[in-house]
Amino acid sequence: MSTTFLLVQTLNGLQLGVLLFLIAAGLTLVFGVMDFINLAHGVQYMLGAYFAVAFYSVTGNFLAALLLALAAALVFGIVLEFLIFRHLYGRDHLDHVIATFGIILFLNSAVKIVWGAAPLSLPIPEALSGSILLMDGLLYPVWRLVIIGSGLAVAALLYVFVNYTRIGMLVRAGSTHAPIVAALGVNISRLFTIVFGFGAMLAGFAGVMIAPILSVEPGMGDTILILAFVVIVIGGVGSIRGAFIAALLIGLVDTLGRSFAVDILRLVMAPSPARTVGPAIASMLIYLLMAVVLYLRPTGLFPARGR
Amino acid sequence: MQVLSRIVVAAAVLVVSVLGAQAQTQDKLKIGVIATLSGPPAVLGQQLRNGFELAIKQLGGKLGGREVEVLVQDDGLKPDVAVSKVKALVDRDKVDFVVGPIFSNILQAIMKPATEGGAILISPNAGTSNFAGKDCNPNFFVTSYQNDQVHEVLGKYAQDSGIKKAFIMAPNYQAGKDSLAGFKHYFKGEVVDEVYVPLNQLDYSAELSKIAAAKPDAIFVFLPGGMGVNFVKQFRQAGLADKVKFLSAFTVDESTLPAQKDAALGFFGGANWAPNLDNPQNKAFVAAYEKEYGAVPGTYAFQAYDAALLIDSALKATKGDTSNKDALRAALKKANFQSLRGKFKFNTNHYPIQDFYLVKVAKRPDGKFQTEIVKKVFEDYADPHAKDCPMK
Repeated sequence: MSTTFLLVQTLNGLQLGVLLFLIAAGLTLVFGVMDFINLAHGVQYMLGAYFAVAFYSVTGNFLAALLLALAAALVFGIVLEFLIFRHLYGRDHLDHVIATFGIILFLNSAVKIVWGAAPLSLPIPEALSGSILLMDGLLYPVWRLVIIGSGLAVAALLYVFVNYTRIGMLVRAGSTHAPIVAALGVNISRLFTIVFGFGAMLAGFAGVMIAPILSVEPGMGDTILILAFVVIVIGGVGSIRGAFIAALLIGLVDTLGRSFAVDILRLVMAPSPARTVGPAIASMLIYLLMAVVLYLRPTGLFPARGR
Repeated sequence: MQVLSRIVVAAAVLVVSVLGAQAQTQDKLKIGVIATLSGPPAVLGQQLRNGFELAIKQLGGKLGGREVEVLVQDDGLKPDVAVSKVKALVDRDKVDFVVGPIFSNILQAIMKPATEGGAILISPNAGTSNFAGKDCNPNFFVTSYQNDQVHEVLGKYAQDSGIKKAFIMAPNYQAGKDSLAGFKHYFKGEVVDEVYVPLNQLDYSAELSKIAAAKPDAIFVFLPGGMGVNFVKQFRQAGLADKVKFLSAFTVDESTLPAQKDAALGFFGGANWAPNLDNPQNKAFVAAYEKEYGAVPGTYAFQAYDAALLIDSALKATKGDTSNKDALRAALKKANFQSLRGKFKFNTNHYPIQDFYLVKVAKRPDGKFQTEIVKKVFEDYADPHAKDCPMK
């Protein structure tokens, strides 16, 4: 067990964490600001990836595909908000869950009708398709570094946006005291539409960035949605900072667990049972972490103020 | 005496002509198709349905001379849904045959409702070990394989080609464990690590680092569907493809290649058939399938096509009659049709005895990807479970 190997696995963990953050950021924003449980966040992530594949096949240029896909995701998010979500804000969380679950089913099927059920792929842009030698025999794609970089950039931008801009101030105020903000003459419904569209765009961005590494297929958002919810619950609902730290934490715990659980168990038990128990424990680790965090801090690590 | 024999002959002629007339006025033959047509694995079910419908279309909408009505149902990869849909097919629609499913857990669930309701169940994909062995069923026929056999192809090949160190990996569920056991059944070299990942894991960077650290001669993976697409891309991106031989089962095939493309070039799988298998029927089938559906057919499509030919051959033998089940079963058991895979016959447990090949991903001149046969690994291979089956 060399130090290099440990370092490589730590890097892998960070990268998974950043990937999770990209998805969780939009979710926590919508959940925190609008008190709206959007299970359809996962399909918006999927749509981002599909839009990118579609625009890439038209333009043949990754950057153009990225920008067009972001615009499409934004428009689609606003349309969804306008047609469906705004009628649900005042209602029970259960209504949110049922309505947005319906949207998942509808969009997963729609995607299959439009693009087919077979997985699609998006190539890594030519200029960034290289890789660096990380350890003996293992190359690390530059694209993964780009994902890490873009995740960190999104985190920084969001931090500045929410804490230091006028709109960010309204968003924070609207999340805790919506009636007062409205009474002060702010069009709160338009604010929510903007936040929602922005959240959808963030999900779409995550989808586009991840598409060159993962397969683009119907239902690709469903698996990642659960992880994203774990992230925002651990981080504290509505907190961008919490989502960031929780995402990195989960990325590290999951990756290191997967890498070393069997080896650690082998120290105390025979190899064969270790092989059976190890993966089971590794896949439970993040949920155990969530249980511990909720026990110690029921509102998450960094609860948004006013909650 | 002569008078008596004349009467017998006359009676026989009468019986034959009455039966013949009956055959002409028979109702439409109803066949239920149950496949996974929604969710991520929908592409597999679509191949099954397309292959089956293509065969019927080419036979002029008839099987064994009878008009056919095909009722397609989606099981959604949910055993309880599959059971209620199969019950409806058998009890309400009175189908004579149920064709399907894709997945083994669905097969376990629909076996009873299909066969006890009086229909013949033909599986064009799933082939579990229990129904090949002690739970074998006279009303159940398989046109694919016994599941273990595909994994054994790679194990046998790894052993024969002198691979010393193998790294093996599969999802952490029953089929994954069976897969690695099947590989190890023939591979006697060193297994440097045996890794189980959560079902539907997306990112394999941790495992790829492990593979690089272990420096094996080959890896064997069973990562069906989207898992395989992700893993293959990431394996190629990590630069491991040039150093480590990639052996797999259900990981690189015609259902996943449209997404894996160049990333999967030169990777190995195991199968009972490939689109480039050299016989005239198969060439015609592949060409017709691509023309009709715009995609390269995989094993799911060809095995369903064979299932339709099997039904056709049996109904020709019984002159379209499905009421005499003993005669129908006997006719099916004969498998008197030209399979696209060439040699084909049923074992006592109604699973095929057939050849298996090592296949390799190749790019065709037209830019599409398909698996192509490298070498024959098993000849006339029968599964070992047949000895536990009471049927003779």
